[in-house]
Amino acid sequence: MRNSLFILVVSLVAAAVFAAALLLRSDYLLFAGYTVLQFVVLATAWNILGGYTGYVNFGTAAFFAVGAYTSVFLHKAFPLPVPVMVVVAGAVAGLLGFGMGYLTLRLRGAFFSIATLALAVVLQTVVVNWHYVGGSRGAYILRPPAGPIAGLSYIEYLFLIMLALAALSLIAARAIECSRLGYGFAAIRDDELAAEANGVPTLRLKLIATTISGAFMGMAGAPFPSYIGYIEPASAFGLPYAVNAIAMPMIGGTTSWAGPLIGAVLLGSLQQIATVTISSAVNLLIVGLLLVGFVIVAPNGIVGLWQRFFGRNRTSWRPSSKSTASASGSAASSPSTPSA
Amino acid sequence: MIGPNGSGKSTLVNCLSGTLVHETGTVRFEGRDLAGLKPHERTRRGLARSFQLPRPFASLSVADNIRVPLLYAAASRRGRHLGEREITDRIAEVLEAMALTDRARHFPRDLTQVDMRKLELGRAMAAEPTLLIADEAMAGLSNSEVEDIVALLIRLNETGITVILIEHIMKAVMQFSQRLVVLVSGRKIADGPPAEVVRHPEVERAYLGQ
Repeated sequence: MRNSLFILVVSLVAAAVFAAALLLRSDYLLFAGYTVLQFVVLATAWNILGGYTGYVNFGTAAFFAVGAYTSVFLHKAFPLPVPVMVVVAGAVAGLLGFGMGYLTLRLRGAFFSIATLALAVVLQTVVVNWHYVGGSRGAYILRPPAGPIAGLSYIEYLFLIMLALAALSLIAARAIECSRLGYGFAAIRDDELAAEANGVPTLRLKLIATTISGAFMGMAGAPFPSYIGYIEPASAFGLPYAVNAIAMPMIGGTTSWAGPLIGAVLLGSLQQIATVTISSAVNLLIVGLLLVGFVIVAPNGIVGLWQRFFGRNRTSWRPSSKSTASASGSAASSPSTPSA
Repeated sequence: MIGPNGSGKSTLVNCLSGTLVHETGTVRFEGRDLAGLKPHERTRRGLARSFQLPRPFASLSVADNIRVPLLYAAASRRGRHLGEREITDRIAEVLEAMALTDRARHFPRDLTQVDMRKLELGRAMAAEPTLLIADEAMAGLSNSEVEDIVALLIRLNETGITVILIEHIMKAVMQFSQRLVVLVSGRKIADGPPAEVVRHPEVERAYLGQ
């Protein structure tokens, strides 16, 4: 599918989702839907680094919290519309991603992951001791009753922003996947040494991945203080963000843009249902059990299962009319004397 | 280049390609010192290598494995990005040269050992190098498969690519080489026409065990 067609389809689906949300007129569904969409952005952002290049980031909560606290800071210092705060938070978190990448991308495997975890701990300590943004006591963001768009409540307005972010992240992820960048990322994931030997500038590409991934995570965090009304370090840097951002792409499938979407909708919805029917305390239990199950039964996630049963392999190559000549005999011709 | 196991052949290849940083000496290619250049920069300058153990991109099809060096190394060498049609045609040419056309949409896990070696060479060819270092491209292959790979290397050489072949299989070495270098314990002990080098007393003693 061409990128322009994909953008059209995503826009139409997003418009349909928003129309359905408005028609249902349920505050609970808007809150729940916002949470699921937030996980779509986080899972897609995580997957750009973790799935496409194979570098597992345990610091999702740090980027999310940086986005959220950028909003808190801006709200206190220079009150701006939420979309502008989303852009600024994305820039700040993107810069953080670039910095983290520059300092840590020479590490590989578990060492890189531990470094990202350490980043979350360091940033949480900074925020706890930064009184301007509430410190350990947290900060209240008073939400106006109506949004700036006529006819929309503030919650509907935030839902619309998160829906737009989810659509944007999916469009970006798919565009990357099908581009030169995506092939470079895949080469890094499969074999970094071979990628270098084939001309792929691995460090530069990994920095691009950490920057884009961090930026989207920060953008997902920016509307959070307005959505929740009160933010404190323990909730903003919460373990569920890191766990869900990893589990959702792994359950959905990490090699495709569709994997994080499927995983986030599935797990996010299940957690919302569990919250209202059993208890929010079982949320991480559900994630853990599903993750263990999928790692054993379907290590390539739901997308991998689909590809296995329906034979849909990812390759964009189709022989053109010029290139359908038979291979036989072309290379195995009789050896002659090599030239100098 | 030949030499007994442990003589430093692969280490030398790693130093030439930038995978290892050498502590002494210089690597010069086309008149330029390559010190400080990363492996991908050396590939983009025309110095390609294939690995002793094939290292395909497992999640990409055979055709897309070829696409990676076209997108990065070849594009850099030509100074412009290649269009999709150009890439598709070039992939087809490389696959045809490597006799892998019917494997284009397969994944590396489905390939035989000899096809894996061809894919390694195909990727190196797609990088459009002026020098290809083939590190034991024939290890573990049958006689007929060795013939296939030698034929491929000769075809690559005929397209203007200089090939440094690192190999243990003497039949292939003698068939392919115009110049033979012998390495023992990190030291070059002979260098010259193959027929003369293999009769060199020190080579016979060190390499052939006589």
